[in-house]
Amino acid sequence: MALSNIWVVVEPANGQLTTTSLELLTHARTFGAAVSAITWGGNGAALAAQAGEYGATTLYDAGDLAGGLPGAPVAAAIAGLVGSAGAPDAILIPTSYDGRDIAGRLSARLDRPVLTNVTGLTDEGGLQTEHPVFGGTLNVKARFTGDGPGIIVVRAKSFVAEPSGGAAASVSSIAAGDLGATGTAKIVTSHVEERTGPKLEEAAVVVSGGRGLGEAGSYSLIESIAKLLNGAAGASRAIVDAGWVPYSHQVGQTGKTVKPTVYIACGISGATQHMVGMKGSKNIVAINKDPDAPIFQIADLGIVGDVHKVLPALISALEGRG
Amino acid sequence: MNVVVCVKQIPDPAAPQSLEAGTHNLDRSGKLILDEADTYGVEMALQLVDKAGAGEVTVVSMGSSSDLSGIRNALAMGAAKAIVVSDAGLRGTDALGTAKVLAAAIKRVNPDLVLAATESSDGYTGTTPVQVAELLGLPSITFAKSVTIDGSTVKVDRQTEAGYDEVSSPLPAVVTVTAGVVEPRYASFKGIMAAKSKPVEELTIADLGLDGQVGPAGARQEIVSVEAAEARQAGEIVVDEGDGAERIVSFLDSIKVL
Repeated sequence: MALSNIWVVVEPANGQLTTTSLELLTHARTFGAAVSAITWGGNGAALAAQAGEYGATTLYDAGDLAGGLPGAPVAAAIAGLVGSAGAPDAILIPTSYDGRDIAGRLSARLDRPVLTNVTGLTDEGGLQTEHPVFGGTLNVKARFTGDGPGIIVVRAKSFVAEPSGGAAASVSSIAAGDLGATGTAKIVTSHVEERTGPKLEEAAVVVSGGRGLGEAGSYSLIESIAKLLNGAAGASRAIVDAGWVPYSHQVGQTGKTVKPTVYIACGISGATQHMVGMKGSKNIVAINKDPDAPIFQIADLGIVGDVHKVLPALISALEGRG
Repeated sequence: MNVVVCVKQIPDPAAPQSLEAGTHNLDRSGKLILDEADTYGVEMALQLVDKAGAGEVTVVSMGSSSDLSGIRNALAMGAAKAIVVSDAGLRGTDALGTAKVLAAAIKRVNPDLVLAATESSDGYTGTTPVQVAELLGLPSITFAKSVTIDGSTVKVDRQTEAGYDEVSSPLPAVVTVTAGVVEPRYASFKGIMAAKSKPVEELTIADLGLDGQVGPAGARQEIVSVEAAEARQAGEIVVDEGDGAERIVSFLDSIKVL
């Protein structure tokens, strides 16, 4: 049965749609189905051109959430739309903090299952998802067996965002209705952690540090090398959790997904949690004391050595070429 | 202040993992341990109850009851009691089914706060706690890096793409915590001994009135195939003899990054 309708949840950020949202729109239009986008914030008119450019014909806006976390109200608005417009074949949602909340809420509201950590999506007489498991060593393909809509949460950088040249999407308002207690979590203040240089998700070079750095102070080595290579500094979850660097630096399952030209992993052993966020890098360089560290299994160049010796030498060498 | 912590016993991540032939379920036949990701929620709950000066921590879990050492570990840390939903019919339950089970079990405790990890370390669907919140009609705040209670309000610093948000919500609420939220304690010898006599209530699908809603049929999804992923071509691994930095520079040269 041909796919006829796909909805894509598109996240607003700084007056635009996030890159992952555009990746999902791009991929959604390859199925030959009508693509509608769903956003929130009451800024739909300003986002309509971008949504249309990437393939959406309609942009539904769940409105200004008045400081509320998006999960409950956006899910309720989508559930309302399913009620009034009928169920689409699938609802695609970006893997992000708010995306996962929306997916979970929607799944429970509609009583429909959810497939998450999706990195591939094909039409095999019905949508089929791909999921890397066990640190990406196995590829699992899955599908829904019951009534739709299937809720599919897709990881960043699974597809490449390409504009279709489509006209601006027509904007339509949708409402959450009464949320009861579920809508009572409110954002009081937002804190933006400033960072300089290219964005982690977009940099051609990413230099990341892990527990092997030994102490928070040594993270400056990572920042120096990132700067010398005009790249971005990343981190494993271990040192983010330890409070050495802010969460916005985290690469991995619960952090950012990166696919740079080269990823330099310093003192990172290569936990599954980390690998899924950087395995798609074009080239991988790893420096680690432990020759058995899993990171070496995916490294193009592995240096078995002490980061405290190799990194300062690398800084001198790069400065020398300055 | 009564707090429920959702916990999961998982196969030791340090041991090789595999999927069962036929069902493609994760092989859980080996030793099970308390998911390390859950120890943060247990610790957070213990600290919040301690600060409140009254109440207790209950751990709620779904899974096999043949090996409860992970649950006993949470009790040894200081949780007062456990509810374990265990039923052969639960094998193959998906995230939403798990949420239905947990929500039904949590209702029996009627807590002020439900804590969970942001995701389990074995399945990492990452939606179960929010599904629980929706089923219970509660607000939820995910990705907490700090949690404080102020009267009948929970205040959370929540991770965002750009930094963090200060979020507040009335209780009861569901909060998922990251590993950065607190440093989990090690169970003391006294705690381990005490845990042996703490109550562990075992429930079945029928006890929760969820017949026909959970298990593989309720999952409404199936695995089509499992294949080895395309392996990255093995690279060059060398021991640093003082030339490590040089080798990296030539590699960067060769891929035209410099």
